[in-house]
Amino acid sequence: MHRIISPENIHQEDRQRVGGKGYALAQLVKGGFRVPKTVCVTSDAYREYVAQTGLRERILLELNRKSFSDMRWEEIWDCATRIRNIFLRKSIPSEIEKEFKEIITAQFKGKSVVVRSSAPDEDAASASFAGLHESYVNIKGVDKILDHIRKVWASLWSDAALLYRQEIGLDIKKSSMAVVIQEIVVGDKSGVAFSKSPNNDSQGIVESVYGLNQGLVDGAIEPDRWIMARENRSVVSHTPAKRKQWMIPDKSGVQLAVLPVEVAKRPPLNPREVIRVFNLALDAEGFFKSPQDLEWTFQQKDLYVLQSRPITTLSSQKEDDSRSWYLSLHRSFENLKALREKIENELIPGMIAAAEKLARVSLSELPDKQLAAEIDHRWEVNQKWTNIYWEEFIPFAHGIRLFGEIYNDRMRPEDPYEFVDLLTHTDMASLERNQLLEALAEMIRENQSLAKGLSAGQYAGLDPQFLEGLDRFVEKFGDLTCAVTGGTQCEQASDSLYKILLEMAAHPPINTGQRKLRKKDALKEKFLNAFEGEQKKQAVELLDLGRSSYQLRDDDNIYLGRIEAQLLAAVREARRRIDDFHAGRTRQKIADELIQVVENLDQRPRSQSPYKQQPGDGFVIQPRQLIGQPAGPGLAKGPARVIRKTADLSEFKFGEILICDAVDPNMTFVVPLAAAVVERRGGMLIHGAIIAREYGLPCVTGIPDATVLIENGDEITVDGYLGIVTIGSSDL
Amino acid sequence: MEPTEEIRSRLRDLCVSQKLAVVSTQSDGQPYASLVAFVASDDLRHIFFVTARTTRKFAYLTKDSRVAVLINSSTNEESDFHDAVSITVIGTAEEIRDPERKKVLALYLSKHPYLEDFARSPSCAVIKVTTKSYYLVRNFQNVMELHVD
Repeated sequence: MHRIISPENIHQEDRQRVGGKGYALAQLVKGGFRVPKTVCVTSDAYREYVAQTGLRERILLELNRKSFSDMRWEEIWDCATRIRNIFLRKSIPSEIEKEFKEIITAQFKGKSVVVRSSAPDEDAASASFAGLHESYVNIKGVDKILDHIRKVWASLWSDAALLYRQEIGLDIKKSSMAVVIQEIVVGDKSGVAFSKSPNNDSQGIVESVYGLNQGLVDGAIEPDRWIMARENRSVVSHTPAKRKQWMIPDKSGVQLAVLPVEVAKRPPLNPREVIRVFNLALDAEGFFKSPQDLEWTFQQKDLYVLQSRPITTLSSQKEDDSRSWYLSLHRSFENLKALREKIENELIPGMIAAAEKLARVSLSELPDKQLAAEIDHRWEVNQKWTNIYWEEFIPFAHGIRLFGEIYNDRMRPEDPYEFVDLLTHTDMASLERNQLLEALAEMIRENQSLAKGLSAGQYAGLDPQFLEGLDRFVEKFGDLTCAVTGGTQCEQASDSLYKILLEMAAHPPINTGQRKLRKKDALKEKFLNAFEGEQKKQAVELLDLGRSSYQLRDDDNIYLGRIEAQLLAAVREARRRIDDFHAGRTRQKIADELIQVVENLDQRPRSQSPYKQQPGDGFVIQPRQLIGQPAGPGLAKGPARVIRKTADLSEFKFGEILICDAVDPNMTFVVPLAAAVVERRGGMLIHGAIIAREYGLPCVTGIPDATVLIENGDEITVDGYLGIVTIGSSDL
Repeated sequence: MEPTEEIRSRLRDLCVSQKLAVVSTQSDGQPYASLVAFVASDDLRHIFFVTARTTRKFAYLTKDSRVAVLINSSTNEESDFHDAVSITVIGTAEEIRDPERKKVLALYLSKHPYLEDFARSPSCAVIKVTTKSYYLVRNFQNVMELHVD
């Protein structure tokens, strides 16, 4: 068994076992190129590891919870997170570990290395995995190296890699991974070179940065760029970079540092060096008999090839295009920081201001025509902010994801979502709203006559203090029972709101745990203590970003809801006028424009009508146990309350199980009454899961057709640990 | 006659080679069969499996602990009729708690490492079947019984 092979022992028949990168490096070594000391961990070793630890089946179980095409990207991310965490926690079996340690110690003698992925060509040359799998730079010590081998293995199952394989139709069951371990050459300047330009057959390209070339490959640092003429091997043009930063090794890993001003004045390569690098690329092209894309580094006078791969045809250029989309799923910390600034300082104040501005217009005083124009205007404002929501707010959720990844890497928790506990209990707007609701419910609890009046529908004589509180609430949070989408159909709020308040008042107040808060503090301390110095500072920043991202995940829709509430108010005013006219309460004819605007709104597509059970040949199909994604731990039982339209929310009773298509942040006010939450939409970070987690409720997401298969009143058991929903009692 | 030790060893072999078993429970006289991933103790006195607490089989075996377990080596081929070995076990089932649960889980997961998340879930119960009798069926219709004292 050759679990680890040296380049000189790699032959053509080993190509699949060592992967494309490993095989090319072996060729280069044999061809006399200067390559840092390298060994390859074969894909056999990967297969042994996943077979012996049970991981192979565990991964397939995870990925086959439901049909892949039924999974939303968020669910795939969740799957990938769970799988990655299994890799992080599952050590390499001792026999394999012993062999790895012996060879790695003997080969690298305590020197720092780069641990790179080297995916076997799963489907000939058309599929390029460049950048989809992880590589780690400056790893020192045999235990750390072994750790990073597992991380590279795990990257075979990242969401981006999974989606990409799915798109190009590869069988994920056959996926495996080889790993290249290479002694690190700390170059003074590094870069890439294309022996032939993808855009111009007569030219080549050399790109260079100071320091390690990790920064260039990641896209973090802009390189100096030379266009080369292939024929006479000369420089056609040079585009200098701004040269502000460089990537250098730090204690463990690499860091982006400010480039010293003196150094930044000169291009990283002098003209002779540019030619030398380009010659190397052409030599590699001659050796491999195809144009090459080369990574190189200069250590003083010595020029090393770090890796070389073929520049494939135009068709693979196309593949690269779709790959870049999957690569973009990973937003960098810097990007997210900039996005956060924009959202917090510009977009949210903008949304609040837009809602306030609309609220200042006195609708009842507008003539019909102007009211029609106002509805149009409000419709547009609402559209505009909905679009901003999709374009700017949704991507910011990556902040949670980035934090989760770093947390799991460092802490290796048993529960891959432990990190969410660290992000909760921020000042989410929906929690603030629910607290206000709770305060109103408390007033009802303490005041018998208030409860009686509300139940009897006698609103006139209600306690003015209560009514005032209620007004403030509606003003701040808009119309409770309207969804963000399709909300123009909704009715006056008060009745529904009274019902919910009475239901809340009939039960003791819900206390969202002190216990969790304490746990959170301990987790935070443990997490931050796992870092030192500069890294600790970054960890603090990352936690802050994660919290902001998590909080916004809930709040953004609440702010959007305020804008929509203003649209709804205008629509309601129009409807009132039309109704008054039809009922003969007014003789004034309604302007055509207004009627038209309201009619147009009604023509908007409505949500699907609920499924009716199909009769057929005396057989009745009944769902019993539905599998989704575990999104909030716990086990709960209760009658189902299926939310098919927003008005259903007002019927919500204490202890029921909330079954819905998607928990809209504007509906989360019933969550404190619920015993558990079940949602069609999948993912750990969707609103339903977030708010369920805040209240410590079991939650299962990603149950296809949840609102179709489950009926009101069905006895439901929600297993939030395993992601299972059981319908019906245990009788036959 | 085949020595007892040899029969025991055959039973053990089948229990080790097979991953799945059928467990039968009952409710109001209505039998109910379920597929489970199991592990047997080396002395054959116990068979263990894990089930979610929300399942029918869990509700039934809680009401009536008497169960039957079928383990067999059939592969859905014609040759199964002469070749497959099957055992039916009867016994009583109960949920076990820590510290026994922990020990059994280690044994269970050494056979089914891919079921770690499932088996460790707080919503799942570890069930111990204390075996009373084994019925070994070979060569289509040859049946030997082994009673546990």
